[in-house]
Amino acid sequence: MSSDSQRPRRQRSAHASLAAHGEPWVWLTAGALALAIGMIVGLLAFIAARGAATFWPVPLELVELRDGRRVLGEISGREDDPGSGVARRLLRTANFELTGSHFEWVDDAAVGGTSLPEWATAVERLEGGRFHGLPTRLLHGAEVVAEGPAEVWIAYEAAHPEARRRWRQALRIDKVERGELQRELRAARLAVVQARLDHGAGSAAETRAEGDAAEVVARVNAAEAALDARAAALRDHNAGWAVEFETADGRAVPIPLDGIVRAWQPNRLSLGAKIRVYLGRWAEFLTDDPREANSAGGVFPAIFGTIAMTLIMALLVAPFGVLAALYLREYAGRGPVTTAVRVAINNLAGVPSIVYGAFGLGFFCYGLGAGIDELFFKASLVADSQPTFGTGGLLWASLTLALLTLPVVIVATEEALAAVPNSMREGSYACGAGKWQTIRRIVLPRALPGIMTGLILAMARGAGEVAPLMLVGVKKLALDLPIDGTFPFVHAEREFMHLAYLIYDVGFQSPNAQAARPMVFTITFLLVAIIALLNVAAIRIRSRLRRRFVAQQF
Amino acid sequence: MQAQTEAGPEKSGISEQSPTPPRPAVDPPADRLVEVAAGREVTAEVHGAVLGETPVLEIDRFNLWYGTKQALHRITMPIPHGKVTALVGPSGCGKSTLLRSVNRLNDLVASVRITGDMRLNGDSIYDPRMDVIELRKRMGMVFQKPNPFPMSIYENVVYSLRIDGENCRAVLDEVCEASLRGAALWDEVKDRLHESALGLSGGQQQRLCIARAIAAEPEVLLLDEPCSALDPIATGKVEDLIQELRGRYSVLIVTHNMQQASRTSDYTAFMYLGRLIEYGPTTDIFTKPILKETEAYVTGRFG
Repeated sequence: MSSDSQRPRRQRSAHASLAAHGEPWVWLTAGALALAIGMIVGLLAFIAARGAATFWPVPLELVELRDGRRVLGEISGREDDPGSGVARRLLRTANFELTGSHFEWVDDAAVGGTSLPEWATAVERLEGGRFHGLPTRLLHGAEVVAEGPAEVWIAYEAAHPEARRRWRQALRIDKVERGELQRELRAARLAVVQARLDHGAGSAAETRAEGDAAEVVARVNAAEAALDARAAALRDHNAGWAVEFETADGRAVPIPLDGIVRAWQPNRLSLGAKIRVYLGRWAEFLTDDPREANSAGGVFPAIFGTIAMTLIMALLVAPFGVLAALYLREYAGRGPVTTAVRVAINNLAGVPSIVYGAFGLGFFCYGLGAGIDELFFKASLVADSQPTFGTGGLLWASLTLALLTLPVVIVATEEALAAVPNSMREGSYACGAGKWQTIRRIVLPRALPGIMTGLILAMARGAGEVAPLMLVGVKKLALDLPIDGTFPFVHAEREFMHLAYLIYDVGFQSPNAQAARPMVFTITFLLVAIIALLNVAAIRIRSRLRRRFVAQQF
Repeated sequence: MQAQTEAGPEKSGISEQSPTPPRPAVDPPADRLVEVAAGREVTAEVHGAVLGETPVLEIDRFNLWYGTKQALHRITMPIPHGKVTALVGPSGCGKSTLLRSVNRLNDLVASVRITGDMRLNGDSIYDPRMDVIELRKRMGMVFQKPNPFPMSIYENVVYSLRIDGENCRAVLDEVCEASLRGAALWDEVKDRLHESALGLSGGQQQRLCIARAIAAEPEVLLLDEPCSALDPIATGKVEDLIQELRGRYSVLIVTHNMQQASRTSDYTAFMYLGRLIEYGPTTDIFTKPILKETEAYVTGRFG
């Protein structure tokens, strides 16, 4: 041993100390993390910035061209013309029905002069999209109520809320109350068909049902007449009221007062007023129905559909996944079969989601759903050849996504169960507890935080999924919410809207893609925010469970 | 996981130790241990005093195998009623295995095979008709590492009553208080019974596990190295507690700590490589054992 100390020290390679300290690896790992964070934060920041900016009132610029034309619009982009290299700007000119386009490229060289007219007004219309112009007159029939921008604007602000209120009432009558009557009518009609199916044509039951139906028809007709009168009264009240605008090229365009959703003059707004417009547009976006092929208005049905579907999916996948994982981990013996099952489950996670969509459509909609229709909703099928459950809907979409996210939950639950210390199980057995008692009272509570992790992952995955949903129930437009005030309140068979699908639809299927693009960012921003919100909620629940059930180190 | 790691050292301990006979430092050599290491059977030296006691548990020619490896060899020993009996011996000698065989926790290990029998107050433990769950309810067990359940202190203590379906508040309250008092923990936790047991210190957790074990009024209390994960102060408290339990409960304790065995137990059994070597009153084992091998071990000269 002592001879060692006399021997000359072995020369260490120059690389040895580098490898021993591992500094390159610190840099490598840190770099990888920084790259990942950079990409994620960059993407989120981009979406957030673009999404949040959509509703901010942008100044309206009046551009006078050298050829004498005048255009009024929001500058929504600048670039060098890829062909000539001339700088140019993209103006959102609106007034589609007059110019045939929403946008116009203007070369800087062609610009004679620009100004920001104080009274330049941006109008969001019910139909026809955005309008840009200067208010000139407020009309009521042939009578001119106000003239000159300032007066018109005062009169407009006084009259507009009332007109909108009446318009909303009329819409409510048409949509809700008339819809209610139509549903009654349909129910009565279907009852007749059902009676015929159950008891045969000409039976007493059918006659009775027909009598009932006739009664309903009479009652509904009377009610409809009353509704017609009310709606007509409201509409008459609004009729004739219009704001006349002058476009940049001098044309006078009257816009019905109740056809104006919102109007603002970005060039003369103070910051506070701009914020009010901004928040007002956000409020409409979050709470209203979509208009104009989803490119304007709100996305409330899609928000509702997304949240409802994600929660129902979580409710469906949690018990299935947890029970399956419990059996796999706690009961199943170790052997080739268990291993095969595990491998199969892991592979399920790699199946393309559209395959789940196809499976959902074939099995749930056309298989199970058709069976349910045959048994319980035959009348609708026979009379209207309209399937109830035999087509896509909230329930089938949730089930399909539950299937899609099942592997995530099973794998996470298995991990969580495996992490429960065996000493706890033994302690429970030693107290005389049976296997199930041990699982229910000790293992499951202790594994709950881990199970929640799986559920969070599953929810995030499910909420952002589009492809399978297109097949099993998500529609471009479905204003009837799957949960509403009509009996039985939860309409799991209804088709619904979904934010992720809306992104695809608005972004790539819209006839007016350029104008809809800001909406795409806003919807994406909203979807990411909702998923984040759901996750934060789940994470908070998890950390509470963890505090309760998982030992701190002492 | 834990079960395997706990059982693992036992198994590997045997396989590692059996080929190398220990070399006791005493003179003359402890040939009985050499005999054992060579695989020959030896008879255990059981002091007469043990046989004079009323047994609560009788271990009768008990053999146990992990797969093909025999871990216990013809263990025959009565455990006296109302006394503290300590099992000592080097690592891997089968003490814990023997303890875990008493409440049939070894049933959970698939490869375990046994012959022979044990009797708890005359009832055969390994009778095929014996309901394991009912059997375990008649015993309490405390493990090496404190393993409080993920629930409140109160629910931990009354766990064995809860799984029996006892939901009467008055009964549960009474048992909870009595057990916590019995485990010398009542004064420390009485104001936070409904807080999580996981917030207790290690020593408190272990006493909580003892309270949980005595809540069901067990006929035998099995302690598997209850102090090995505790600091000296907590160890002292648990040892004091074992002293207090003497007389009220029959305790079978596995320990690595000779001082602990001599301080806390009435009887001590020395095991080696799965065999019982000597078994007698603690004072005799530590002061005038029959075998030199025992003396060598308890005085720390080997093992």
